Amino acid sequence: MEQLKTIGRELAMGSQGGFGQSKEFLELVKSIGEARSKAEEDRIVLREIETLKRRLSDPDIPKRKMKEYLIRLVYVEMLGHDASFAYIHAVKMTHDDSLLLKRTGYLAVTLFLSDDHDLIILIVNTIQKDLRSDNFLVVSAALSAVCKLINDETIPAVLPQVVELLSHPKEVVRKKAIMALHRFHQKSPSSVAHLVSNFRKRLCDNDPGVMGATLCPLFDLIAADPNSFKDLVVSFVSILKQVAERRLPKAYDYHSMPAPFIQIKLLKILALLGSGDKQASEKMYTVVGDIFRKCDSTSNIGNAVLYECLCCVSSIYLNPKLLEGATEVISRFLKSDSHNLKYMGIDGLGRLIKLSPEIAEQHQLAVIDCLEDPDDSLKRKTFELLYKMTKSSNVEVIVDRMIDYMISINDNHYKTYIASRCVELAEQFAPSNNWFIQTMNKVFEHAGDLVNVKVAHNLMRLIAEGFGEDDETADTQLRSSAVQSYLRILGEPKLPSVFLQVICWVLGEYGTADGKYSASYITGKLCDVAEAYSNDETVRAYAITAIMKIYAFEIAAGRKVDMLPECQSLVEELSASHSTDLQQRAYELQVVIDLDAHAVAVIMPPDASCEDIEIDKDLSFLNNYVEQSIEKGAQPYIPESERSGALNVITLRSQDQHEASSHGLRFEAYELPKPPVPSRVAPLTSSTELVPVPEPSYPRETYQAATISSVLDAGPSELKLRLDGVQKKWGRPTYSSSPSSTSTSSSQKTNGVAQDVASTVASSKSRETYDSRKPQVEISKEKQKLAASLFGGSSKTERKTSTANQKVARSSSSHVAEKPQVQKVATVVTDIAADRTNHQAPPDLLDLSEAAAVSAPPSIDPFKQLESLLDPAPVTSVVNNGSDGASKTPDLMGLYGDSALSGQSSSLGFNVNVTSESSNATGTDLGRGTAYPAQFSKGPSTKDSLEKDAIVRQMGVNPSSQNPNLFRDLLG
Amino acid sequence: MIRAVMVINTQGKPRLAKFYDAQPVEKQQELIRNVYGVLCSRAENVSNFMEAESFFGPDTRLVYQHYATLYIVFLFDSSENELAMLDLIQVFVETLDKCFRNVCELDIVFNYSKMHTILDEIIFGGQVLETSSSEVMKAVEEISRLDTASNSISLVPKSVSSWRSR
Repeated sequence: MEQLKTIGRELAMGSQGGFGQSKEFLELVKSIGEARSKAEEDRIVLREIETLKRRLSDPDIPKRKMKEYLIRLVYVEMLGHDASFAYIHAVKMTHDDSLLLKRTGYLAVTLFLSDDHDLIILIVNTIQKDLRSDNFLVVSAALSAVCKLINDETIPAVLPQVVELLSHPKEVVRKKAIMALHRFHQKSPSSVAHLVSNFRKRLCDNDPGVMGATLCPLFDLIAADPNSFKDLVVSFVSILKQVAERRLPKAYDYHSMPAPFIQIKLLKILALLGSGDKQASEKMYTVVGDIFRKCDSTSNIGNAVLYECLCCVSSIYLNPKLLEGATEVISRFLKSDSHNLKYMGIDGLGRLIKLSPEIAEQHQLAVIDCLEDPDDSLKRKTFELLYKMTKSSNVEVIVDRMIDYMISINDNHYKTYIASRCVELAEQFAPSNNWFIQTMNKVFEHAGDLVNVKVAHNLMRLIAEGFGEDDETADTQLRSSAVQSYLRILGEPKLPSVFLQVICWVLGEYGTADGKYSASYITGKLCDVAEAYSNDETVRAYAITAIMKIYAFEIAAGRKVDMLPECQSLVEELSASHSTDLQQRAYELQVVIDLDAHAVAVIMPPDASCEDIEIDKDLSFLNNYVEQSIEKGAQPYIPESERSGALNVITLRSQDQHEASSHGLRFEAYELPKPPVPSRVAPLTSSTELVPVPEPSYPRETYQAATISSVLDAGPSELKLRLDGVQKKWGRPTYSSSPSSTSTSSSQKTNGVAQDVASTVASSKSRETYDSRKPQVEISKEKQKLAASLFGGSSKTERKTSTANQKVARSSSSHVAEKPQVQKVATVVTDIAADRTNHQAPPDLLDLSEAAAVSAPPSIDPFKQLESLLDPAPVTSVVNNGSDGASKTPDLMGLYGDSALSGQSSSLGFNVNVTSESSNATGTDLGRGTAYPAQFSKGPSTKDSLEKDAIVRQMGVNPSSQNPNLFRDLLG
Repeated sequence: MIRAVMVINTQGKPRLAKFYDAQPVEKQQELIRNVYGVLCSRAENVSNFMEAESFFGPDTRLVYQHYATLYIVFLFDSSENELAMLDLIQVFVETLDKCFRNVCELDIVFNYSKMHTILDEIIFGGQVLETSSSEVMKAVEEISRLDTASNSISLVPKSVSSWRSR
């Protein structure tokens, strides 16, 4: 009886024999399910592996048992344990004659092996045989193995058979053969390049499923080379037309949509073919338009097709009518309650915005909604959109938003990504230098370790060069504001290394430039940095060099330098450092401080980091000195390669010889001496020999400093001559490279290029600002009006209310907008805006110059002013709604307060509405949240499902409080 | 192309994992962990779409569906459409439901190889093969019939009863 019941149960579960597993497997699953910890689970699995290993070593295992072991091993490997000892058994099982065992064998090998595994070679033969089998199930199994296991080396072995299968009587096999060929194409396009005609032929297959499968490889082929498939446009269009008109058998319908996956693929292909091709695009207009009209927008799959239409429209040659259809779809998506549709709507908006920027204008409120949505995916998609629509007029708001978000997340991958976007936008559209510096500060402060070092170098260069305009005072202002902000930021704990480097460099270069801060103050700060980040050598190097610069400027200006005690101790510490680089810098500092004003001014001229570097590779300035020395009887220089017999060389060579002798006798002849070089070259190079000059690969700074110090140590008067030479040629370059001694060579190389880039950016920027300013002036009146109407509430209410209320809100807002009183509000707003000292127009988030002021407050100042107009109660109630809501709602109220005072009863009524709605917002959100679980647990709890649940509990697999019947419920 | 299909339970245990590009076992585990990590931190009523680039390489998205104790996750690239993938998950679940009548996690665990058979009839080599659950059922049943033909009834049953009667 019991037996029968369980068999009944088996049948009820639909697991026809063969899919079921043995008791042992069930026990395994059960015990894993009951495991309390990962360690316990691992123990269980390892014991299982041991058991299986032992069993598999048995020479004659019944095949059925073997099959089960393999399934168990596949399961074990899915849990992350190594089952490689069983791979060979899986391979063996593919050879089996029984279909069931063969299938299991193929399943196991496809899950176990990668396409470059050594065992593949043992399977290829079996696959070849199976592909020729009469049983289509065998062929299917072999084909699925082909997809996973065949790589570009083994493709030729099975290719002929697979191609043959393209004309197999069973459509399933034809379909899978096409897909296998597609896979070959993905792995090695050249291997199937000659088969393109086969794909084209299969497009006309009797079976729509096969035709649909053919679209996948064609999509890839067309993406690679659209031009050679232009002739197929007509065919694709006619297929799409037939599909959309329901000419396919009913069996291809999915949720009452005719073959939606085929439609989607076709639309993707048409998008590729119509891109930038007017002629091809014209053929598509009708069918795409038809789909827009007919497509069912209530089902998920219908929306998928509509979205694909939209993508197609954005890709092909522009057609205003279709664009209209696409816009409609977007607005439907954005207004939907479903986050999925909103997500797709934002994505679609990003596609269409290139074609017609005004589309975003209509949906700005929805966009703001998405930006403030708690859903991260939606938020990120929205940032993507904002990135695409950034202009110089709205860059501030957008980048501020991005930075706020960047600060709030922990996901380093995305943080890096959005930080680089911020930097990119800031570099491209920065409205003012000051803003740029502030923005970069924020980016560095919060994501400094994630941004590219290049960005830091760019920032330093920008501060050094200014914005390329010939306005020295502006540049000076920029620098002093940078210094000020950095001094403030230094107070914060734990700054990223890259940012500290920038700070140190700027402080060293410009810390005392405007005279606001004393040298001792700046050097004190720098000492603090070096002390606080004592395990970061690069930062310390930057700091000590910056200190050196500060002192050098002081000396050059004729002031007396008193080294701070902490500075003194730092120098002492560093001169005993393990890092030779730090030691070098410390010694240089000590030497520089003892120089006289003239010498210092020459080696460290203030603000000369942008000067070009001239390098005299021949050291021709030394000629004079060399000649003098030779006259006095010095030996002329002989290049090393030619010093064969000279006495002094023998000492050098002796080492070599010693080395050689240790290896044994040398039997080959010595190299022939080369002819001596002209004597003119010799003296030049000899000078390098005389002075201990490092290799050229050394950072230049070191080079120069070393030269100086050695010169000073030696002290003879003739060396002064050389110092002059150094001054002339090397003074500046050394100086400019000093901040980044570790990357001197690279930064120098990039210098020229980077300057070019900077100048082009600057010029394009100036052009841009000009462009954007003009239209702004033209529409400013309209802008005011719209801004006023938006401030008047539509934005607020729409954000907080559901779609039902949305319409009301909109109509009332437009109603309000027409009233003259609102104009007053507008003027209030603009007045406040004008109060701001800044000349910039109120930046708007969506660029749609008009509405922006509302959608995101251009800057906080006006709102702060407005805030004072408010009574505190509503503010606190709103604060809970999130920071953004909090900052915005008050002004709205303030404005309403204004208009209410002017006696507008209608707007007053509205005002009340707004308040209640905004305070309710959190409540409704919660309500929506709780609605979901309810959906899961509803539905009749049949006996069957209860029983099942009981089993689940007993098994300890995953006891759930919910009714396991939920699939039924969800599926209706 | 679809890169991977995963079925993970709400405690992070993989119930089914299939990668259409070969991945070493450790990498698979890491990916499953990562996917679970992001999924379990997501709120209930948010979108079903995510970028998966941070752990799955460039141009990968993720669509998931949360059913009771299970997450069903599809990973794919830009040649697929998110909404359509969501429906493909639906197809998969519908088929399972038809196959197991009121499918629950237990069915999925105990019919591991059948799950693979079903999935293979829906997705083939990373491409969508069939979207009609009844067609998929037909194919699966055909295979099962062959199975039972070559099979004695002496399989499983007892085990089930033993833990049921406890």
